[in-house]
Amino acid sequence: MTTADWTLLLCVPLLPLAGFGAQIFLGRRLPGRGAPILVGAMGLAAAIALVQGFRFIGADVGELRSSVEAGFSWNFLWTEATPGTPNVAFGLLFDNLSAIMLAAVAPICFLIHLYSVGYMQGDRRYHIYFANISLFTAGMLGLILSDNFLSFFICWELMGFCSYSLIGHFHDKPSAAAACKKAFLTTRVGDVCLFLGVAILFSHYDTVAFSALFAGVQETLAATGGEYPGWLVAAGLLIFMGAVGKSAQFPLHIWLPDAMEGPTPVSAMIHAATMVAAGVYLTARAAPFFSEEVFVVVALVGSFTAIFAALIGICATDIKKVLAYSTISQLGFMIAAIGVGGWVAGLFHMVTHAFFKACLFLGSGSVIHAVHTQEMPEMGGLRRKMPITYGTMLVSTLAIAGVPLFAGFYSKDSILAAALGRAQSGGGLLDTLPAVFLFVAAGITAFYMFRLMILTFHGAPRDQEKFDHAHESPSTMTIPLVVLGLGAVFSGSLWIANGDVLGHHPWFPGLVSAPTLSGLVPVAPAIAEHAHGQALWMSVAIGAAGIALAFSFYQWGVFSAEAWAKRLGPLYRAVSAKFWIDEIVNTTVVRLTVIASAVLGAFDRGVVDGLVNLVGWGGRKSADLAGFLDKHGVDGLVNSTALATQALGAGASTVQSGRIQQYLLFTVLGAVALGAWILVR
Amino acid sequence: MGLGAYLAVSGALLVIGLCVCIARRNLLFVLMGIELILNAANLNVVAFSRFSGTPLEGQIFAIFVIILAAAEAAVALAIVLNLFGVFGSIRPDRPDELRA
Repeated sequence: MTTADWTLLLCVPLLPLAGFGAQIFLGRRLPGRGAPILVGAMGLAAAIALVQGFRFIGADVGELRSSVEAGFSWNFLWTEATPGTPNVAFGLLFDNLSAIMLAAVAPICFLIHLYSVGYMQGDRRYHIYFANISLFTAGMLGLILSDNFLSFFICWELMGFCSYSLIGHFHDKPSAAAACKKAFLTTRVGDVCLFLGVAILFSHYDTVAFSALFAGVQETLAATGGEYPGWLVAAGLLIFMGAVGKSAQFPLHIWLPDAMEGPTPVSAMIHAATMVAAGVYLTARAAPFFSEEVFVVVALVGSFTAIFAALIGICATDIKKVLAYSTISQLGFMIAAIGVGGWVAGLFHMVTHAFFKACLFLGSGSVIHAVHTQEMPEMGGLRRKMPITYGTMLVSTLAIAGVPLFAGFYSKDSILAAALGRAQSGGGLLDTLPAVFLFVAAGITAFYMFRLMILTFHGAPRDQEKFDHAHESPSTMTIPLVVLGLGAVFSGSLWIANGDVLGHHPWFPGLVSAPTLSGLVPVAPAIAEHAHGQALWMSVAIGAAGIALAFSFYQWGVFSAEAWAKRLGPLYRAVSAKFWIDEIVNTTVVRLTVIASAVLGAFDRGVVDGLVNLVGWGGRKSADLAGFLDKHGVDGLVNSTALATQALGAGASTVQSGRIQQYLLFTVLGAVALGAWILVR
Repeated sequence: MGLGAYLAVSGALLVIGLCVCIARRNLLFVLMGIELILNAANLNVVAFSRFSGTPLEGQIFAIFVIILAAAEAAVALAIVLNLFGVFGSIRPDRPDELRA
């Protein structure tokens, strides 16, 4: 790659960043409140990302293409004066992983910018909204292109901040203000863990660059004979905790459903297509640091989250909450895939999921835009009013449910195959559990997604007034829907491109495969291949069962949802209360924090303030004493002198009566006295 | 008659003059008192001159004093007149504006 290529790539994050700069200062005065400029800049960035992606994906498989080798980097010395101190070089990394990620994320970000023009029209803080999503996009694209953990972390935090301010876009709504605070604080837990993990790696290798760290880990493993030292296991777990926070995995998933308080395009971009995928990207990127135990943890956390969130998704009635839990569940699939060794499948699912989940979110936004409610019990029958929204959402639902030939089928199927392969080869409980969880979750996914579609679009309208006002959305909103819907159909074909239908020589795994990470990721392609046939039929059957159940519950009325809810009793209550996770967190973590701060506050008020007040009181009392002495001692002396002088003057002034005869008398008396004195003497 | 008698008369005149000056409530009488005092002094001077053997010196002195007294009386009377014009009274304790 030439310097010109790297410069072009650098423009990808810099274009939205420049847009943000222009928007934050001039946004109110720019034509269209800045939106056309930002959408144009984003379109340009997306075009560059696609062109560069298609030019370089697949060339030199397995190479870590870093701009540092091309001399395209920025060096930062901790202390320039001391030679030999750790040097941090910021460069770009454009291997197949980041290229695919970039080519998927940049166009989706562009579509969501475009969609926002229509959706946010008339919003009071329209220009601020565009500034924020641009900064967010810059953070995400910068994160993908980072070749070291430091700039990665900077972009990571930038996204965290933008997510915070975008969730709180309607900040005069108390629920939105609470949601953005919750999202920020919850992801903070993961961010601190990630930073600690990076710090451990830095303290051992004196570098934060990915390529140098990969090489360093290989050396360490060669020295120990493949044994992972304790600190490396700890670093892997901590880095994974960062992904848990960002990708909303159990137990840090609680922020994502609340984050739906933000505008719907934000939900689509940040909380479906890009930001939450950053956690998966991190897990994939950092996989060479993970030991076998860490992979087990990754698989368990991911698969448990997948089934856990899918269960909650069954009972949610808010259309965006269902999609939020669906997102958590699908992220669980990706994380679990990396954990069970289906590294490629997980990444591929991330790409396909970005398309169909963004489409689903934007479709739900279109629905909300039309009926002005997020509650599915108030919708129904919208299929006739909103054919484009319905069509695109249906395609995406088929994709997420894993119906063959749609995008989600390929990716989910290969994840399930990897999990099944792992279960068959390992045979232990820890190997089997992820597979069981994932298969059940796949069935539940099909069920709750069709429940959403049926409740929203099928049947008779349940709220006639809202139905009458419903209308199809403007073209800035439907065009992205159609494009993303096409992605939901065809992005799966990337998997089988250049290969036969059963995927024996698939294109995608050829690009992003074990050699990409210097042979450090333990993938088991042979096992996956073997389990593939079984997994295919099982996943199709279980998906079909989910879809059939959804139709028999909500469309045909074979079963009554209310009766089954009653029959399942405690289980239903637990699921609809989201397993009381929020309550548990509130009564433990939040309560403890509040109690701790109350104790600290009391200490502050009682002891620290007491000391300060005591000093103040002492100062005041001594000042009072000094004042008393001044008033009565020093002033007394001065005043008594003055008083004495005054009295003397008053006495003496009586002589000066102004009567000349009296003066004369005094003169005579004086003369007589003088004469008498002279005589007597 | 010896010097003592003159001096006694002169002393009496002086005392009478002083008393008049101090006690009277009329500036004209005060002026008269002053004349008495001057004349007491004149009498003193003349008497000492008569008994000292150089009789003329004292008398010339006395004549000077009389002339000066006349001038003084003229000035003083003018002042008294002005005082009456300003204050409407010739009480000696009336002009006390400089006090206070």
